[in-house]
Amino acid sequence: MTAAAASPSPLARAARLLRDNPVIALLALLLLLVGVLEILRPGIVNERWIGNTIRFAIPLAMLAACQTLTMLTGGIDLSAGSVATVAAFVAATQAPLIGPEAAMLVALGPALLVGLANGVGVGLCRVHPLIMTLATGLIAVGALQVYQRGVIATGSAVPPLLGWLGTGRSWGVPHALVLFVPFAALLLWAERRTGFGRLLYAVGANERAARLAGVRVWGVHLALYALSGLIAGLAGLLYLGVIRAPSLSLAEPLLLPSVAAAVIGGTSIFGGRGGYAGTIVGALILTVLGTLLTMLQMPEGGRRILFGLIILVVTAAYLRLTDRG
Amino acid sequence: MGAMREAAATRQDGPEAAPAPAGPPILDAAGVSRRFGAVVALRDASLRVARGEVVALMGANGAGKSTFVKILTGALKPDTGRIRLAGREVRLTSPAAARRAGLVPVYQEPALIPDLDVGDNLRLTRTPSGPFLHWAAELGLGAVRLDARAGALPLATLRVLDLARALAAEPDLLVLDEMTAALPTDLVDRVLSVVRAQADAGRAVIYISHRFAEIARLCDRATILRDGTTVGDLPIAPGVEEQAVELMLGGRLSAPAALATRASPAASGPPRLRVRNLAAAPKLAGLSFDLRPGEVLGVVALEGQGQDELFEILGGLRRPEAGRIEVDGRPRAFRHPADAIAAGLALVPGDRADALLSVRSVRENLALPALARPRAWGPIAMRREAEAVSRTIARLQIDTRAQGEARRLSGGNQQKVTIGRWLTGAPPRIFLLLDPTRGIDVRTKRQIYALVRDLASEGVAVLFYTSELPEVPQTCDRVIVLFGGRVVDALPAAEADEPRLMRAAYGLTEGEGGADRAREAAP
Repeated sequence: MTAAAASPSPLARAARLLRDNPVIALLALLLLLVGVLEILRPGIVNERWIGNTIRFAIPLAMLAACQTLTMLTGGIDLSAGSVATVAAFVAATQAPLIGPEAAMLVALGPALLVGLANGVGVGLCRVHPLIMTLATGLIAVGALQVYQRGVIATGSAVPPLLGWLGTGRSWGVPHALVLFVPFAALLLWAERRTGFGRLLYAVGANERAARLAGVRVWGVHLALYALSGLIAGLAGLLYLGVIRAPSLSLAEPLLLPSVAAAVIGGTSIFGGRGGYAGTIVGALILTVLGTLLTMLQMPEGGRRILFGLIILVVTAAYLRLTDRG
Repeated sequence: MGAMREAAATRQDGPEAAPAPAGPPILDAAGVSRRFGAVVALRDASLRVARGEVVALMGANGAGKSTFVKILTGALKPDTGRIRLAGREVRLTSPAAARRAGLVPVYQEPALIPDLDVGDNLRLTRTPSGPFLHWAAELGLGAVRLDARAGALPLATLRVLDLARALAAEPDLLVLDEMTAALPTDLVDRVLSVVRAQADAGRAVIYISHRFAEIARLCDRATILRDGTTVGDLPIAPGVEEQAVELMLGGRLSAPAALATRASPAASGPPRLRVRNLAAAPKLAGLSFDLRPGEVLGVVALEGQGQDELFEILGGLRRPEAGRIEVDGRPRAFRHPADAIAAGLALVPGDRADALLSVRSVRENLALPALARPRAWGPIAMRREAEAVSRTIARLQIDTRAQGEARRLSGGNQQKVTIGRWLTGAPPRIFLLLDPTRGIDVRTKRQIYALVRDLASEGVAVLFYTSELPEVPQTCDRVIVLFGGRVVDALPAAEADEPRLMRAAYGLTEGEGGADRAREAAP
């Protein structure tokens, strides 16, 4: 039982470096994909392409934040896609009625409400997060359809701020970064350096142990799912700015990729391990992969098969790399 | 230890129980090594077992016993080394392969799947139920129902059923890893005699235990591991325990006598914790005692006499049906562990797995209670936390070479982490330790005794349940014995010799004034 012997092989040293900093492996994979893209289509990787990739990756990365945070406690938030859609739709339809700023604030109301409902269900009623969030997601979309009938005559408008964030660019830098950089920085800081962040890991690693240490686990769940709802709402607003056309299934296609981004990024679905840094890279990888597969001009079916296989291979390779012994 | 020497003497059947195996070797492992990342768990382990032998594998926690056993039973692959079974070199690639080769283990933790009934568990391993029931009866479990859900059975029964299942597979080499740790004495006797009979019938057994007395009764030889290397092979003979301890510890330990020094005499003053008529069916039937500041109150009981429920109630994990709990004279009722903690009570549970964040770092484990309240949800004072954590690590001498993930620590260090988390902030006013030394090496045990005495001298009141009777006079000021959910005896620890405690634990003291003394425990 002494520390490692004098001269580990370079391979072992590399493996250890990767295990301690899993994000390095993910970044390498991202660069590899970009390289393949550039080889297939020389010249495609330019400032404009990078800007576009970032623009589409950011709403995905924000939605994947919901999955990362809930997965750290061993949960999941399948209502995130619906919540994002609801927030976007409410904001777009309320903007002509009460003005864009008020509409954006109002839109976060249902997002918070669904999040609180999830928190009560998971934390107090001990419903499994998968079931709870699946159900509230369905309910939210149903409620949105009812709401749509009421506002059908008012029309819709994308608040200008969201358009500026979603599609705008200054000196080649997408404006979405104005929202996302502080968001990501806050999350990365909070998950490591705040008591709440630590408790997410603790609850996911061993809920019974957390309880024994005096943690009221229901309180953590309530706050977590409410936060997840808010983040999903924000992601929905931003995505509205990217797509610029509200619909009843706006962010739905982002839901499963958001889970995939968190998993590829190294967050364990069993809880206790992972973090947002990997998720951000995971979201970028998925976005670049999407471009790559589109470029191959494969039929839609083949593209999906390949997409699924790549997610499997990347995740398996990643687990092998980081969890040996 | 006197009884043990006798037992050792009677086991000397042959003219010389020499280190050289008597029969043909069934297992011959040599040069086995295994590394986990930066930690070398096994360096150069070897072990020979012959037919007809029971060989003890001994070593302090972290010496590599568990790793070695996992390699021998196919659950882990070695980095180097060779393993021969009945003369042929084998590669045990999986537990199933080891099983086919005639090597069957019983591990420390129950192996039956809790949500299946016993019969389904047997079908999983294709164990015939006839032999299984035969062995279960032989081991002292009269009526085993195959349709009983495994999770509903008591821990001791589960351990014995694991053994019965292993025996039903008719193994050539049986590997028992801390098999008796959770068993009451009568079951231990049955287990030992059945295991001995296996060896006498020409099979072989590897036996791992922290209890010298059992090893002396059962084993022919002891192979000693230290720091991942086989350092000795001793025939069991009178006085061998001193040699074994020396080999295991490598002369790093102070003499046992130094331990018995007691810092504080029995504490005085009004009780810090007063428990009256605590009841919770079916296990607790009106239990009363007092605990004073600076006092270590030992709790002794056989399996299932209400001690688990008592600690769970005091720790806020369970609510009593009747009775009073007073802390410093104030009545208290705990609805959640957080309530108990706020009242100054901290619980270290009997099972480390219940308290450990196994995939998180030592630091996060130690800092957990400090972050539990919503008031602490904000930014962490990282430097202050680092200082507090390193103070705890230093005080408890936690080995931090594998501190990235608590599950990579040895069992003893894991236990230190679960205890140390309550000392990282202000210490609790009442410390509830439920069998804190179960399955832990001698060195860590002694450190824990010293820590408990140390805390008591600082005025902490300690309630200390232990399944190892010799710990009582070493560590406690007073001791209460539980039987059937009541206190049946209470005495100063100095008078607590093992026979008396054992008699009381079996409920045999009632007529002799034990009950009167029990009433004195709670005047």
